[in-house]
Amino acid sequence: MKEPKDTRVVVGMSGGVDSSVAALLLKQQGYDVVGIFMKNWDDTDENGVCTATEDYEDVIRVCNQLDIPYYAVNFEKQYWDKVFTYFLEEYKKGRTPNPDVMCNKEIKFKAFLDHAMSLGADYLATGHYAQVRENDGVHEMLRGVDNNKDQTYFLNQLSQDVLAKVMFPLGHLEKKEVRQIAEENDLATAKKKDSTGICFIGERNFKEFLSEYLPAQPGNMETLDGEVKGKHDGLMYYTLGQRQGLGIGGAGDPWFVVGKNVEDNILYVGQGFHHDALYSDGLIASEANWTKGNAPSEPFHATAKFRYRQQDSGVTVEPLADGRFKVTFDEPERAITPGQAVVFYDDQVCLGGATIDTVLKEEEAVTYVG
Amino acid sequence: MESIYLDHAATTPVHPGVIEAMLPVYQEVYGNPSSVHQFGRKARRILDEARRTTAASIGANEKEIVFTSGGTEADNLAIIGSAMANQGKGKHIITTQIEHHATLHAVESLEAEGFEITYLPVDETGAVKVSDVEAALREDTILVSIMMVNNETGIIQPIAEIAAILKDHQASFHSDIVQAYGLMEVDVQKLPIDLLAVSGHKINGPKGVGFLYVREGTKLTSLQHGGEQERKRRAGTENVPAIKGFEEAIKILRDNRNEYKASYHRYKQLFLDTLKEEEVQFTVNGAEDKMMESIVNISFPGTNVETMLTNFDLSGVAASSGSACTAGSVEPSHVLSAMYGSEDERTTNSIRFSFGLANNEENVEQAARKVSQIVDRLSE
Repeated sequence: MKEPKDTRVVVGMSGGVDSSVAALLLKQQGYDVVGIFMKNWDDTDENGVCTATEDYEDVIRVCNQLDIPYYAVNFEKQYWDKVFTYFLEEYKKGRTPNPDVMCNKEIKFKAFLDHAMSLGADYLATGHYAQVRENDGVHEMLRGVDNNKDQTYFLNQLSQDVLAKVMFPLGHLEKKEVRQIAEENDLATAKKKDSTGICFIGERNFKEFLSEYLPAQPGNMETLDGEVKGKHDGLMYYTLGQRQGLGIGGAGDPWFVVGKNVEDNILYVGQGFHHDALYSDGLIASEANWTKGNAPSEPFHATAKFRYRQQDSGVTVEPLADGRFKVTFDEPERAITPGQAVVFYDDQVCLGGATIDTVLKEEEAVTYVG
Repeated sequence: MESIYLDHAATTPVHPGVIEAMLPVYQEVYGNPSSVHQFGRKARRILDEARRTTAASIGANEKEIVFTSGGTEADNLAIIGSAMANQGKGKHIITTQIEHHATLHAVESLEAEGFEITYLPVDETGAVKVSDVEAALREDTILVSIMMVNNETGIIQPIAEIAAILKDHQASFHSDIVQAYGLMEVDVQKLPIDLLAVSGHKINGPKGVGFLYVREGTKLTSLQHGGEQERKRRAGTENVPAIKGFEEAIKILRDNRNEYKASYHRYKQLFLDTLKEEEVQFTVNGAEDKMMESIVNISFPGTNVETMLTNFDLSGVAASSGSACTAGSVEPSHVLSAMYGSEDERTTNSIRFSFGLANNEENVEQAARKVSQIVDRLSE
């Protein structure tokens, strides 16, 4: 093991408080820290204002406070090809993609990691809330200590090779401690608001954004029995289990999206949060990654998340002959959404994850979901 | 780790003689040159002397020198100021695709106001063709703005020939000579040119000062309003200490130009020879026989600008891509795109090295070895 001062750590800096504190902590630990800002998306508006420029200004200010060198790198092309194209393709299929998972897999922990290594880095660090622990030569990824902030869900595609080269300096901290450290050290980003939403959409209206790239095809909103309840603006604007924006009035329980028929362009709706059609008891997932390296060959029991910030649920994971995995739930689950990630845990260890392809109910594929 | 500066085209170290000349001005001469008392007169005397030295450096008359805050302001005043003054005679302006952004963005702002701009191409040598200028010239052309030496490639443009064509045309001829002024002799007695923009910090002078040469009789509308300084062409209290430093830099240049030229040329050769000795794959962008001594733009196949520049900096070598950055990331060079087409890989794998007072043979050779190692590693 090299001394910290001889260990170069490239920190991916977004201009936010988390990555600022990550850089600060590494600097305090004596590492040779280099701050790098990634530009993945050009959102220059009609006034020439670009949030990336503003964010990079914050990176510069923080790096100067820490007295570390700072640079930028442009991955707009890679981001477009690997993340945005996937994002649009998934929506076209009526699924709900997770671009953050893809961005971590293809950009931050691939293209950017390669870039860091080409700069002579020993490690790449980010401000994610997750932890890496070496156990008998295996690099395990653990949940962040702050349960509300834990980001392992988005990091489920990281492999052993990658985990051996990453550091998550915030993993053992609570978000409020991170803010406090930033304030105590008077970091330029200490009071900066956390960014919300998907990076390329930012604070903009999601529907408006998507309509710039995909033609919206309005159609009917129907109950599963075929009763027309209204019009939808395009299936891609709706997610399973969604209540807002349906505009169906009348008596009884509120209405929810319970399914999508992409072929006939129908949005299925049903009454009640616990509508039966929203519940399923299993799923089939592909594109699995196992963070410890070996794919399981036998069925096993674990806990799982089907979306970010959800409580874990008990599941049985069973490898299938075609390389996919069947996941059977201990209890029925509501609004399992194709395109999203299912992520597995053994207590604090994130075992890996996969993309939800098919939702199962009593061993049958549920047709009209997504 | 020793830091080696190979970015003199971006800015230069201030010559110690310049600092020595400026200090007493800061310490003792705080008067406003426009004031009618002895404090003002003392400052005015410094200003007058500086103006005389500056004018003499290009064979101009003192009344033809307008001190500005730098090259960018001088370019803007020349371009927008003459467009405003001459718009009654036409609204056509000729420039090139390889100008500095001070020029390009200034003409773009005029384009938005209804002026028509012709952006002349360059060939692979990096130079604009005189015949292209001739062909683009129209009756309603009011301004031609072409730089003397390109800041990214160091390629010298055929300014004298272009000036000859324009001699009997109504159009004013402006040249950004910011890069050229350091090493090339410019004499407005021989060169029929109307406007020249120069920057102080590119010639080992202080930042925040420059000048615009305005040939007597050239119409110009001032852009900055206020007092009557600089013969009403540039309002605002003169930056007397900086102008004094600028004057000193001009004097030092005048007395040492040939020596500087020879040593910068030697550094460039040594740099290229060392790269060859290290068997690095590279090509020089632009025609070497049209290149200024202090600049060389080199393409390293199989690499990319961002990774190279970051690696160079982490190993102590400061160079640049010469082109603009957005959010800190390097955009493909507009100059190399004009030379080779925007799809050519040279637009994304080229680095500008520029030599100057911060160099000696030892550090230039050392830098070339570091560059070789990095390029070798990255192009694997």
